[in-house]
Amino acid sequence: MMNETVKVDRRDAKLALAHIYVAFIALALGGLAGLLQTLVRSGKFQLPAGISYYTILTTHGVLLGLVLTTFFIIGFQFAAVSRTSGTFSNRVRFWGWVGFWTMTIGTATTAFFILTGQASVLYTFYAPLQAHAGFYLGLTLVVVGSWISGFATFVHYARWKKEHPGKASPLLTFMAVTNMVLWLVCTLGVAATVLIQLLPWSLGIVDRVNVLVSRTLFWYFGHPLVYFWLLPAYMVWYAVIPKVIGGKIFSDSLARLAFILFLFFSIPVGFHHQLLEPGITPFWKYVQVVLTFMVVIPSLMTAFAMFATFEAYGRSKGATGLFGWLRKLPWGDARFFAPFVGMLFFIPAGAGGIINASHQMDQVVHNTIWVTGHFHLTVATTVVLTFFGAAYWLVPHLSGRVMTKAMNRLAIIQTVVWAVGMSFMSGSMHFAGLLGAPRRSAFSTYGNSPQALEWIPYQIAQAVGGTILFIGIILVLVIITNLAFFAPKGETEFPVAEAAEPQERAALAMDNWKLWIGITIALILIAYTVPFIDMIQNAPPGSKGYKLW
Amino acid sequence: MHMHKYEKIWLTFGIACLFVFLTVIGVSAFAEGKQPPSCLTTIDPEKVDQTPPFNKPGLVKTGDNEYQLNIVVSAFAFTPNQIEIPKGAKVTINVTSKDVIHGFEVAGTNINMMVEPGYINTITKTFNQTGEYTILCNEYCGAGHHMMTGRIKVVE
Ligand code: HEM
Ligand SMILES: [Cu+2]
Repeated sequence: MMNETVKVDRRDAKLALAHIYVAFIALALGGLAGLLQTLVRSGKFQLPAGISYYTILTTHGVLLGLVLTTFFIIGFQFAAVSRTSGTFSNRVRFWGWVGFWTMTIGTATTAFFILTGQASVLYTFYAPLQAHAGFYLGLTLVVVGSWISGFATFVHYARWKKEHPGKASPLLTFMAVTNMVLWLVCTLGVAATVLIQLLPWSLGIVDRVNVLVSRTLFWYFGHPLVYFWLLPAYMVWYAVIPKVIGGKIFSDSLARLAFILFLFFSIPVGFHHQLLEPGITPFWKYVQVVLTFMVVIPSLMTAFAMFATFEAYGRSKGATGLFGWLRKLPWGDARFFAPFVGMLFFIPAGAGGIINASHQMDQVVHNTIWVTGHFHLTVATTVVLTFFGAAYWLVPHLSGRVMTKAMNRLAIIQTVVWAVGMSFMSGSMHFAGLLGAPRRSAFSTYGNSPQALEWIPYQIAQAVGGTILFIGIILVLVIITNLAFFAPKGETEFPVAEAAEPQERAALAMDNWKLWIGITIALILIAYTVPFIDMIQNAPPGSKGYKLW
Repeated sequence: MHMHKYEKIWLTFGIACLFVFLTVIGVSAFAEGKQPPSCLTTIDPEKVDQTPPFNKPGLVKTGDNEYQLNIVVSAFAFTPNQIEIPKGAKVTINVTSKDVIHGFEVAGTNINMMVEPGYINTITKTFNQTGEYTILCNEYCGAGHHMMTGRIKVVE
């Protein structure tokens, strides 16, 4: 077990921590916005000083959907790559810092234009609503910064491969590289719409914009975005949790295969966000629905691997009976408990996702608050609780401290608080959505419509859940601040599990990036070429910009 | 690559379910015609008021118990926004936007579609029950987004 003493180099640790700090600052501010939203939507509370609900909502979506996630992920992946493939060269670390500052300046720029009310366009910024050019510029910097960090990761990976000929890359490094490849390929879409369409248009260089093309480029990015959030959580599940509980990785090569399948099937699927739109034929919508559903396969592989790991561990500790192994799991360890609760929430979340991606059922729930309920299970519970669980060892590992028993207990409580708060909020969002309550809307009775009045009790339940969740945010901030600055000094392990049966040859075969990227591009071309050309050839007159807030 | 026997069973079962799902969706879409709104007709968003049928928005009888309902959507209104429909009528709803993207939802029904400038979108529905339904905008369109509303009354 030579792994146990391996530490992330202090200089790399600083880089990773810088990202994680920004992520948790975003959580604090974004969480406050979330609380205000639920209060406004309950109808019992109004924002002071004429602040617009939609300014708050834009802040929430950008800070939590884009900033918290991207910063935490890049910080975590830097740490994981440095831990498993060795300390960065000075050059790689330098570019890592360039990436960090580019993203941070971008975030600050975007935040300025949102908070001054010049960009209340929500985090999806659908044209022809037109934000101040600074908003688009800031987002561009965030994306460019993430690209720089992605390339720094690739350079480090290439060096490792060169120094270890004939060896498979370490699992966590392989997974981080897969996720950055996914990110690079998908952000090309959002970069294209921002740089070619929206930025020149908001600067007044061009008058009009093709709305459907812009949306399509956005959703080419928007769905893989959610897999970019999810894959780091899977990194923790596959490669860290087995070590935390004292077991082994069920299958190293199947884990790699699952990641590659996610790379293939998360991008050529954006139309499932556009199922109810004009301008796209039903045939191409269905093609992308079929591709969407293919992610079921790696998801089932992941579910199997997790529970097989848990069961194998429990049985090795003498568990008997069908479910006896459950009792052997370390329920009192927050590093396990928080991600495990996240996994449980992924079961209803995944079922909801299948509903959303099905043509006819999407008709019922599209753009209702059901959808918001759905992704507060996926990203705001499964992913976020896994990130919290990872932070409980990652932050003290990087800061050279240890988590005390008291903090561990607080982290268990935090997890329970989050689960309870989210069950209230997300549960009532799902129910209200089925009754037709729309998402992205301030409180309204729609002219005392009897239907809208029926939604109000659910909106009050959302506010109750939102308040509980906000307490959860305060708790996690207390814990993280403690682990970063106040906890006792000491050594904390960065847990990395070993495979039950190493399959070096199969794993090595997975380092075949030319093939994977080739297949990814081929699938994208199949899914998008014809409908995209149609869109451009049959385009209606473009739209000028509107500032309607 | 080695795969555990139970995992093979699990995946076979899962993938089989997946194909059943996809077949159900595909058959009901292509054989039964339950497709999502996907109209391909374009329109100049700045000339909506001059372009038929949106130059005279409202309910038009097109056949025996068949109607067309043409609605202009703009920030922040549906035109018209009070509509009476006879029970049992088969209504084809056409919508388009004069400015930004909106959503057209009739709460409590499957009527739900995106309204985008430059395109007409359309859906057909038979109203078999009397009652009152709320129309609302479910895609963010600006400060008055949550004020956009209307009513459909289905009457004897
Ligand atoms: C205190 C915890 C939270 C509360 C109370 C909360 C509440 C809400 C509410 C009420 C909405 C919908 C508002 C509307 O559609 O009108 C919303 C939207 C959203 N939330 Fe949260 N949320 C919380 C945490 C999170 C977290 C941790 C994430 C992401 C990691 C997140 C991501 C989002 C996103 C991306 C949206 C969509 C914004 C949009 O539609 O433009 N939320 N949240
Ligand atoms: Cu609207």
